[in-house]
Amino acid sequence: MPGAPVIDEIDIGHDGSGPPPAAAAPRGDDGGARQPHREIPQSIYLTALTLALGTILMFFMALVSAFIVRKGLGGDWRPIELPRVLWLTTAILLISSFTVERARRLLSSGETEGFKKWWYLTTGLGFAFLFGQFQAWQELRAAGVYLATNPSSSFFYLLTAAHGFHLLGGILALVYVALRGIVPRPGRHIQPGTAAEVASVYWHFMDGLWVFLFLLLHFGR
Amino acid sequence: MSHEAHAAAHGHVHAPPQGFIRKWIFSLDHKVIGMQYFLLALVAVFIGMGLSLLMRYHLAYPGEKIPLFGSTLTPELYLSLVTMHGTIMVFMVLTTAPQSGFGNYFLPIQIGAADMAFPVINMLSFWTTFVSFVVLIAAFFVEGGAPLGGWTGYAPLSALGEIAGPGQGMGMNLWIISIAIFCLGSLIGALNFITTTIDLRAPGMTFMRMPLTVWAWFITAILGLLAFGVLLAAGVLLLLDRVGGTSFFIPGGLVVTDKAITNHTGGSPLLWQHLFWFFGHPEVYIAILPGMGVTSHVLSTFSRKPIFGYRAMVYALSAIGVMGFCVWGHHMFQSGMSPYTAFAFSILTMSIGVPSAIKTFNWLGTLWDSQIRFTSAMFFALGFVSLFVSGGLSGLFLAQPAVDLPLHDTYFVVAHFHLVMGVAAIFGMFAATYFWFPKMFGRHMSEGLGKLHFILTFIGTNAIFFPMHWMGLWGQPRRYSSDSPFAFMAEMTPLHKFITIFAIITAVAQLIFLWNFLWSIWRGKKAEMNPWHATTLEWTIPGPPPHDNFGGEVRRIHRGPYEFAVPGEAEDFVMQDRAPALAGKA
Repeated sequence: MPGAPVIDEIDIGHDGSGPPPAAAAPRGDDGGARQPHREIPQSIYLTALTLALGTILMFFMALVSAFIVRKGLGGDWRPIELPRVLWLTTAILLISSFTVERARRLLSSGETEGFKKWWYLTTGLGFAFLFGQFQAWQELRAAGVYLATNPSSSFFYLLTAAHGFHLLGGILALVYVALRGIVPRPGRHIQPGTAAEVASVYWHFMDGLWVFLFLLLHFGR
Repeated sequence: MSHEAHAAAHGHVHAPPQGFIRKWIFSLDHKVIGMQYFLLALVAVFIGMGLSLLMRYHLAYPGEKIPLFGSTLTPELYLSLVTMHGTIMVFMVLTTAPQSGFGNYFLPIQIGAADMAFPVINMLSFWTTFVSFVVLIAAFFVEGGAPLGGWTGYAPLSALGEIAGPGQGMGMNLWIISIAIFCLGSLIGALNFITTTIDLRAPGMTFMRMPLTVWAWFITAILGLLAFGVLLAAGVLLLLDRVGGTSFFIPGGLVVTDKAITNHTGGSPLLWQHLFWFFGHPEVYIAILPGMGVTSHVLSTFSRKPIFGYRAMVYALSAIGVMGFCVWGHHMFQSGMSPYTAFAFSILTMSIGVPSAIKTFNWLGTLWDSQIRFTSAMFFALGFVSLFVSGGLSGLFLAQPAVDLPLHDTYFVVAHFHLVMGVAAIFGMFAATYFWFPKMFGRHMSEGLGKLHFILTFIGTNAIFFPMHWMGLWGQPRRYSSDSPFAFMAEMTPLHKFITIFAIITAVAQLIFLWNFLWSIWRGKKAEMNPWHATTLEWTIPGPPPHDNFGGEVRRIHRGPYEFAVPGEAEDFVMQDRAPALAGKA
């Protein structure tokens, strides 16, 4: 075909992480010089996750820097008594990082039943964490500490709510991975291994972020 | 395997949708989404321009009824026009068209991809932005009207509610919500741009073979990804101060319109400024970097020469991007900042002059000794360089705290940022429109009308903004709706009239553009595949491009993006995907 581009070789999944080059069909199999499509590499999901974590980090760092500046202004800052249930929720979240990691490894070694068990357990721990955070709010509310009571409580509610909201996104990701199943799908869809990896990296990030926020609230309140 | 079967098997190249709604409204095609962003910006820019005309008429003929509008402007209405003009232009025009509009349309094609990495997210990104636009415009129609606080929404007056002015009630709430929604749309858009650039480049399209347009969109997306999250956080805090009773930004002991504010204590208005400008300064580069990319691209194409110093251009773009995050304090010299801090911000700000100068000299180096083809796109690219220099040089004045203190909040600043960020960026968009129109619609815009549009706009914008430097030096403060209380300002009324007349002329010139644009879509001269004899991938496919861009082909890239006037070649340009001649054959 005149004017058709010269293609030296078919380069599929140039990052190396893509699925097998199923698109590498023989040349000209559709009667012309038309070359097969390139697969969409699975790496896009991890790239996008990394970028999303970057922007989430910027969002929280903006809030944290506001926390530090606002506290430094002194005057009206009154430390609040942190509810003790937060120690429990922190422990739950830390444990959930181990369970999600165990699930992911079981999936990559093909033990799907074990994967499911640990994955569901992680999802349950996620809900337990959110429930515990809600209990902490209830405790503060019962003690007469509200959002606008003083800047310390404002930041407590704000940071826990913002983190909880992001963690809820993580739970949705866990549920999505569980629901979509572990059967590979053709085409541009995210593959089970990648989906589990994306969800678990996000989960670890939310875990680490919470530990950081908890320490900030504990020592900086 | 047939093409269709192949597409079905591999899923990526989705079949073109047939229904109107999936094809044009909720489209997954990056080209349609790019057009949607472009049209949104086009509507927004005419609204924003209309608001500025109302203000200009009022300044030239204070107290007189404005023709077509039917009444005079109250000071409050004037301030709400200032606010909405700034917000619409910065967010809905300068952030959408150059990046999300043209970037969406041409980034995937220029890197040899069939679409963005995440088409659904791409669609959501546009519709989120659209909702944000609707919410913003709704602020005009609520009780109290649009907010008064300017596009920077400075606390504490932005945090207090209605007591701070009629538009500071519901109007301000809508403004914050609109900006927050806009942040979300921009964040997912930026994520898509970066992922696409990193993971979907065609084989052989190394980073150093990417067109400078792609580099500019890529770096702009990184800026957006890091900056909009911070603005979102600031918006959440501001909204909580307004509706949640918190005191992040509201200090104690305030008295506003003769009423003491008793339910807030201890907050810091400066905290808002820091958070806002940490976003706000990179935002300036989000507006201008895509214009730089387009200018480099167009200058090289119509000079018939490789861009001078391609690598230096890439490094300069990156340096501007990084340094853009380190200079936000120069917006706050007036805030009582420590002179040492101000000194650091000042030095860093002036350092941005270095990569900016590298870019400018490289543009001039590209033009040097070349055979320039004076197309409309080329005129606007040259205009970009001119405006970038004349607007950028005043930035060096304002970067020095000692000079900035008297000039702060005067028309000198208005002149500076309109020239360098507003008009230059718009010239970049015009260059892009005239340049890529044949690809987007398969037809040419009228070159005659394009050049007329350029001449009127170039003279008009300079006539509008150049005198403002002198007005600023004379002490004219910005955002004042009336000169009459101050004798020294009243002396400038003739200059205000001069500016207003040119504002009207410039606005009419934009109608020429609009006519040319709309008329050429259906009636323009038919364009061939590569009418400008350009080298990048979009010129290897028909215009308008097919749904999956390359018809499923994999393009292998063999060369850099600006191979013009290569010795030994029959033509003066070599396409990026042309394989080198086999050794021995020569």
